Amino acid sequence: MILAKTGNEAFAYAMKQINPDVVAAYPITPSTEIVQLFSNYVSDGEVDTEYVPVESEHSAMTACIGAAVCGCRVMTATASQGLALMHEMLFIAAGLRLPIVMAVASRSLSSPLNIHGDHSDSVASRDSGWLQFFCETVQEGYDTLIQAVKIAERANLPALVGIDGFILSHCQERIETLEDQVVRDFLGRRKPAYNLLDWRNPILVGPATLQDYYFEFKRSEIEGMNQVLPIIEEVQAEFGRIAGRKYPVLEEYRCEDAEAVVVLMGSACGTVRVAVDRMRAKGKKVGMVKLRVFRPLVHSLLKKSLVKFKKIGVMDRVDAVNSYGGPLFTEITSVLYDTDERPWVFSYVYGLGGKEFTPEDAEMVLEQVLTGKEDELVTYVGVR
Amino acid sequence: MAQVLEIRWHGRGGQGAKTAALLFGEAALDTGKFIQAFPEYGPERMGAPVTAFNRLAEEPIYIHSGIKNPDIVVVLDPSLIEPAKVTEGLKENGVLLVNTVEDPGVLRQRLNLPATVRVFTVDASKIALETIGRDVPNTPMLGALARVTGVLQLEPMLEAIKDKLLTKFRGQEKLVESNLQSIRRAYEEVRGIE
Repeated sequence: MILAKTGNEAFAYAMKQINPDVVAAYPITPSTEIVQLFSNYVSDGEVDTEYVPVESEHSAMTACIGAAVCGCRVMTATASQGLALMHEMLFIAAGLRLPIVMAVASRSLSSPLNIHGDHSDSVASRDSGWLQFFCETVQEGYDTLIQAVKIAERANLPALVGIDGFILSHCQERIETLEDQVVRDFLGRRKPAYNLLDWRNPILVGPATLQDYYFEFKRSEIEGMNQVLPIIEEVQAEFGRIAGRKYPVLEEYRCEDAEAVVVLMGSACGTVRVAVDRMRAKGKKVGMVKLRVFRPLVHSLLKKSLVKFKKIGVMDRVDAVNSYGGPLFTEITSVLYDTDERPWVFSYVYGLGGKEFTPEDAEMVLEQVLTGKEDELVTYVGVR
Repeated sequence: MAQVLEIRWHGRGGQGAKTAALLFGEAALDTGKFIQAFPEYGPERMGAPVTAFNRLAEEPIYIHSGIKNPDIVVVLDPSLIEPAKVTEGLKENGVLLVNTVEDPGVLRQRLNLPATVRVFTVDASKIALETIGRDVPNTPMLGALARVTGVLQLEPMLEAIKDKLLTKFRGQEKLVESNLQSIRRAYEEVRGIE
């Protein structure tokens, strides 16, 4: 069906079609509608989900972990301070290898208090062992949330799917949805390797492992992340066959013969496309590399793509506050260290707290990358 | 790049600028267009100036930023004309549509608009009071907007909006009917059509 949906509506609709066994959530701006609309589906009997309204995000993630350990398919939604409050439990979900899927309407972190979109919340959770997807459009958000369930369950890793707060969460766009049955057939049922409630095969969950086994458990978790990229690509291909829509992990947009490119994630990719088209029309050799998967860091794909360009601007909608630019910037420079070409890489931090990022801003960035000098390491786009 | 029609709505908190943009987007979707509808979120208070936006195109829309140079400006409250600088950035051959009792010619002169800008007015508040019974100018303005832009046909738009309103006002069919009536009237009564 072709529908007009905001990002939040599309997430809630995808969750309805996924029909998870358990959803535990606590509403927070700008993701509130996801939970609100989903609870409508629950009370209207459109899903079989056990919906657990909890008193905080910390409890939401705790309840999700409890249900997932019992073999359930589990989802939640949050943003910003809510994701920050979950932080402790995120590591436990990943360490227990639980395929929980979380919809996030990305928002800045306080202080100062701000409800608008940037990537501070998701990126602050980057080392928690969750897969992370950043989406450019409402359609991509809908599609990715469905894919994430299958990827997470196949990899036994939790997954976070982010759309930019307000910019996508509250923007109505045209989306093509799948039939309920198509989604349910695509996902099947979760087949957990272990189930805490299976009393015939008792297991122990969450015991202390000290110097004896902790490192071995972590090494196994790390290996799970090491091996996930082929699973992502496999599921994307399977999804492409049922939906006709394909999203590469890394997309090169008009990068043929490009002298300068920018790399970024999220809704601003669309705005950059407009700027690239305008500059290409003027004969300027610029392009964009869109990164859809932030965790795992797809270092081999990034390296293969980026060595082709002389100058690269890495655009982060968050700053690491480490005096060395955005977090994606530092990761990409380290990916490129081990190459003969060693392109020049510049950091562009933009759009914090939902600050408007226009095609004109994007043109300015591309122009600057094109003519970049070594001493212009970090630029804060549009800061007064 | 795709040709994109850009609309900016001005209203006051509570007048339904966001709802109107979403309804217009949904109605345009039914005609096969690609759409965007989104509000600008500031500090939201009843009565405070707010804006909302629409983009319509025949091809996918990728841009994700606010609209600075709209093709069409729709004003739900005439008291916003000066303080909200509603004509700022309006394209030279753009359209200004205002809910007011004022004559479009007088308004054009008062705002000193270039001859290339087309100006339309409609007394949407009066229509809303007479049909819906409350001063909610957003729904009638949809009718006026359809008329002046020509991007949507009246009847298919009414069908699309009826579906949406029936979901919103469950079991209140009279209210839905009065809203539709307000759209029809504004479509007929908009002034400035040559």
